Amino acid sequence: MSFWDRVKPYVMVSPSITVFLLFFIYPIMYLFFLSFTSWNLISLTKTFVGIENYVELLKSPQFHLVIKNTVLYTFLMVSISIGLALPTALWLNKRGFLHKFTQGVIFTPHIISLVSISLVWMWIMDPDYGLLNWVMGFVGIPPSKWLANPKTALISLVVVGVWKTLGYNTLVLIAGLQSIPKDIYEAAELDNASKWRNFYKITLPMLSPSLFFLLVISTIASFKVFDTINIMTQGGPIDTTNMIVFFIYQNAFDFFKIGYASAAGVLLVIFLGLMTFIHFKLLANRVHYR
Amino acid sequence: MANIYLQDITKKYENITVIKNLNLEIKDSSFTVLVGPSGCGKSTTLRMIAGLEKVNNGEIFIDGEEITHVNPGKRGVAMVFQNYALYPTMTVKENIEFGLKNNKISKEERESVIQEICDIVGLTEYLDRKPSNLSGGQRQRVALARAMVKRPKVFLMDEPLSNLDAKLRNQMRTELIQLHKKLGTTFVYVTHDQVEAMSMGDAIVVMDKGVIQHMANPVDLYNDPANIFTAQFIGAPPMNIIPGKKFFEESTYLGFRPEKVKLDSTSADNCLAMKGKILTREILGSETIYSIRTEVGDIKVKTIDSVFPEDIEIQLHIDYKHIYLFDVAGNRQRNLEKVKL
Repeated sequence: MSFWDRVKPYVMVSPSITVFLLFFIYPIMYLFFLSFTSWNLISLTKTFVGIENYVELLKSPQFHLVIKNTVLYTFLMVSISIGLALPTALWLNKRGFLHKFTQGVIFTPHIISLVSISLVWMWIMDPDYGLLNWVMGFVGIPPSKWLANPKTALISLVVVGVWKTLGYNTLVLIAGLQSIPKDIYEAAELDNASKWRNFYKITLPMLSPSLFFLLVISTIASFKVFDTINIMTQGGPIDTTNMIVFFIYQNAFDFFKIGYASAAGVLLVIFLGLMTFIHFKLLANRVHYR
Repeated sequence: MANIYLQDITKKYENITVIKNLNLEIKDSSFTVLVGPSGCGKSTTLRMIAGLEKVNNGEIFIDGEEITHVNPGKRGVAMVFQNYALYPTMTVKENIEFGLKNNKISKEERESVIQEICDIVGLTEYLDRKPSNLSGGQRQRVALARAMVKRPKVFLMDEPLSNLDAKLRNQMRTELIQLHKKLGTTFVYVTHDQVEAMSMGDAIVVMDKGVIQHMANPVDLYNDPANIFTAQFIGAPPMNIIPGKKFFEESTYLGFRPEKVKLDSTSADNCLAMKGKILTREILGSETIYSIRTEVGDIKVKTIDSVFPEDIEIQLHIDYKHIYLFDVAGNRQRNLEKVKL
């Protein structure tokens, strides 16, 4: 083999490797480095402070609240968005105009920017002239300040999040349903299986790869929620919707505590890695890949 | 054990009628094979017996009981699918057990039936495996076991051997014949392969375009076909069909089997004689197949006698008793044969 033959593969992959190193590996390394410093984004000196940022974070009641909010939001988002997507997919997995139409309609939010969605929902949830209170009025429920009330702010964000992701989750599950061979159901019919056993013993296990995929990506996506908070609540009222990425953003670019924010960023990376690891450990052997 | 009776069955897909007024009686304990080219309605017929396809018109009886609109699971039938249709997420044992559990069979009874059936089909050591870890032949056995444990009145099989390689297919063919003997249950078997049909069935139903062309045992089907379609579908190479008017005024077509032609023999009485030129020959070892051009068209000849070179002129004789006459619609003229031949 000539020198060029040996080098060629490396030359071929070098553009993507360069981009990867520059925009993925380097920022992560830099994040780790910054998390051990004190820096205000402007000054030329970055003071090394050791693990002080981490100590401060872990002691901070605000950070504890932020973690609690994030975990609660993630739990609600994942369970509701997948829990609703499954029956929706089962219902829409048929031929017919109405089914195709509904599929298109519920998928539409997925292609709209979250910023627009947030603005639309801010109008819907407006206490004085919003659609939601108007509709609730008909049923006799008194108007509520959805986003300004500490009791309803977080759940309001969940509603927006679910509304945005439901179509995508449903689509993934419909694709999963359609890849189940028809003759398995015919065999089950001849085996005198009830509808419930059909679902529980055949559909659900066959759908497990899709469900597992949705579980992992929705967990990660929910952990990283930012746009809706930034536009709709700014973390308020009284930090009830402040979640980890917004917390990082605020500390870095509002309070210029770069080191402190970086430490929170590192904890987010570790947390997500841990969550994904746990998902795979606990569930991977219950997932059936063909 | 049961006989099956299909009465005036009509099946439409949207506006296309695939089966029209089909009447068929499948005898108790028989091994009945539905055979025909693809799209002839054989699989549809089987699936209607299973209850997987709705019937547009007519009635189906199993064991004297009308079951036209009964759920598939309550008809007392079991089916083996072409691609096995095993439940991929279940182990072999769970696959076999599924139907029994649905029918609320007690655990002890389940265990003993599974043990018994798995001994018969040789699956005992694979019970804890998933179908994806089994070979094609083993999956086939699981599908069979799953059907057998339910102790059905009727076994339905939809081209169950077509996904196996040639060697395994021959082996399974023999095993299925033995299984039928052992169980004594009614088997209904669908295939497009006439060799499979002839070797396995004790009653063969030849179908084309949703219509039964001929139903008979293998010997009669071969020796006494009802029409040109059956005559040409059964046997390889197919029966030679030539214009008949030249030889018999009343017959549009005249047929004879390739293996009944004598080549280069001295002229004899009661024979149809013609001259031809050998175009090609296929030497298969025990026999040779010639393609011969005659004045009435190209014909095939199969012989175990001496091997002739290509491109020579040759004399052909066909004994009158091996000649079949057909009318313009392709139906046999048995009465005419009695008079003329």
